[in-house]
Amino acid sequence: MLTGVIEFRIDRHSGVSTYVQIVQQVKQAMRLGLLAPGDRLPSAREVVDATAVNPNTVLKAYRELEREGLAQGRRGLGTFITKSLASEATAGDDAPLRKELGRWMGHAREGGLVVEDVDALYSAVRDEHYPAEERS
Amino acid sequence: MTTRRHPDRALPVLAEGVGKRYRRGWALEETSLVIPENRVVALVGPNGAGKSTLMGLVTGMLRPSAGSIAVFGDEPSGKGLHPAVSYLAQQKPLYRQLTVAETLTFGARTNPTWDQGYASHLVEQAGVPMNAKVGTLSGGQRTRVALALALGKRPRLLLLDEPLADLDPLAREAVLRVLMSEARMQGMTVVLSSHVLAELEGVCDHLVLLHRGRVLLAGDVNRLSGDGTPLGELVLRHMRAAAAQEVAA
Repeated sequence: MLTGVIEFRIDRHSGVSTYVQIVQQVKQAMRLGLLAPGDRLPSAREVVDATAVNPNTVLKAYRELEREGLAQGRRGLGTFITKSLASEATAGDDAPLRKELGRWMGHAREGGLVVEDVDALYSAVRDEHYPAEERS
Repeated sequence: MTTRRHPDRALPVLAEGVGKRYRRGWALEETSLVIPENRVVALVGPNGAGKSTLMGLVTGMLRPSAGSIAVFGDEPSGKGLHPAVSYLAQQKPLYRQLTVAETLTFGARTNPTWDQGYASHLVEQAGVPMNAKVGTLSGGQRTRVALALALGKRPRLLLLDEPLADLDPLAREAVLRVLMSEARMQGMTVVLSSHVLAELEGVCDHLVLLHRGRVLLAGDVNRLSGDGTPLGELVLRHMRAAAAQEVAA
């Protein structure tokens, strides 16, 4: 069992390279507080057995996380998260903004919106509030 | 001019200026490439690019019309496969009337390096009953049996011609998982040919792209797609550039 270890979900048809998907999923889990400093990332072997991703692809993703100062490889032990990206506002199921968004999603679903509707609305409103030119 | 290298026994495949001509023309021309050890290699290109011809040359089923090819330092003899090589053809040739157990027995009789325990383990892992007739199996199950037959030989180089064609997405994932785990654990080079690129995304760490019988791009995938370009896009980009050059010429 890999309790407490993140599992990657790779979509080969997403148009996003596998190593980028792994980097993004780790960062997202960090923001949500699902991965915290000291947590171990799955070994290349564990990822290969679960997802059929090439070990070199996994290691490339981990090197990128190391380069960004988010994780560190320890010889013989694995790769560990070294930084926190979570905050009160993003971590935990009862963070107020999360609950608010949850209510909104509930209304959307009750209103008969499909997931593509939700994505379209979400990204349109997001871009109004976070214009592309202001993002780093 | 090319300098003649000493045949390197560690290299699964070393092709130097190799070519194959049929009556209708060159199917493969002036191809020089190395397939390094312990890699999972994507052999890609449109239909007719020369993928099967290259596989045929590596297995020794075809003789080069020009140049030379070495498999673990040996020139393919044309009298059967190199002892360290397994080949799984696209049609996955299995006898439909045989049971799975009989199929493995056949593998044991035809391969001196056969590992019965390992082959049985792979079949059991796939959940395929040993006493089932091959003809009654699903496409995914047949592929797993064919894979057990190919891996039971304990090859150091495994060649698979379009192994994922006509499998449903779940069976594809299962076959890829087996391939990747075994490649990692057994220290084996795997060459997968495919014309559907997306299914190899994240799977292969070495790429050989053929186009009109020539190598258009070859090398380490991480190096070739340094900026995180997906494999499919990388390949399309090079094929578009090649097409544009042909139009210009």
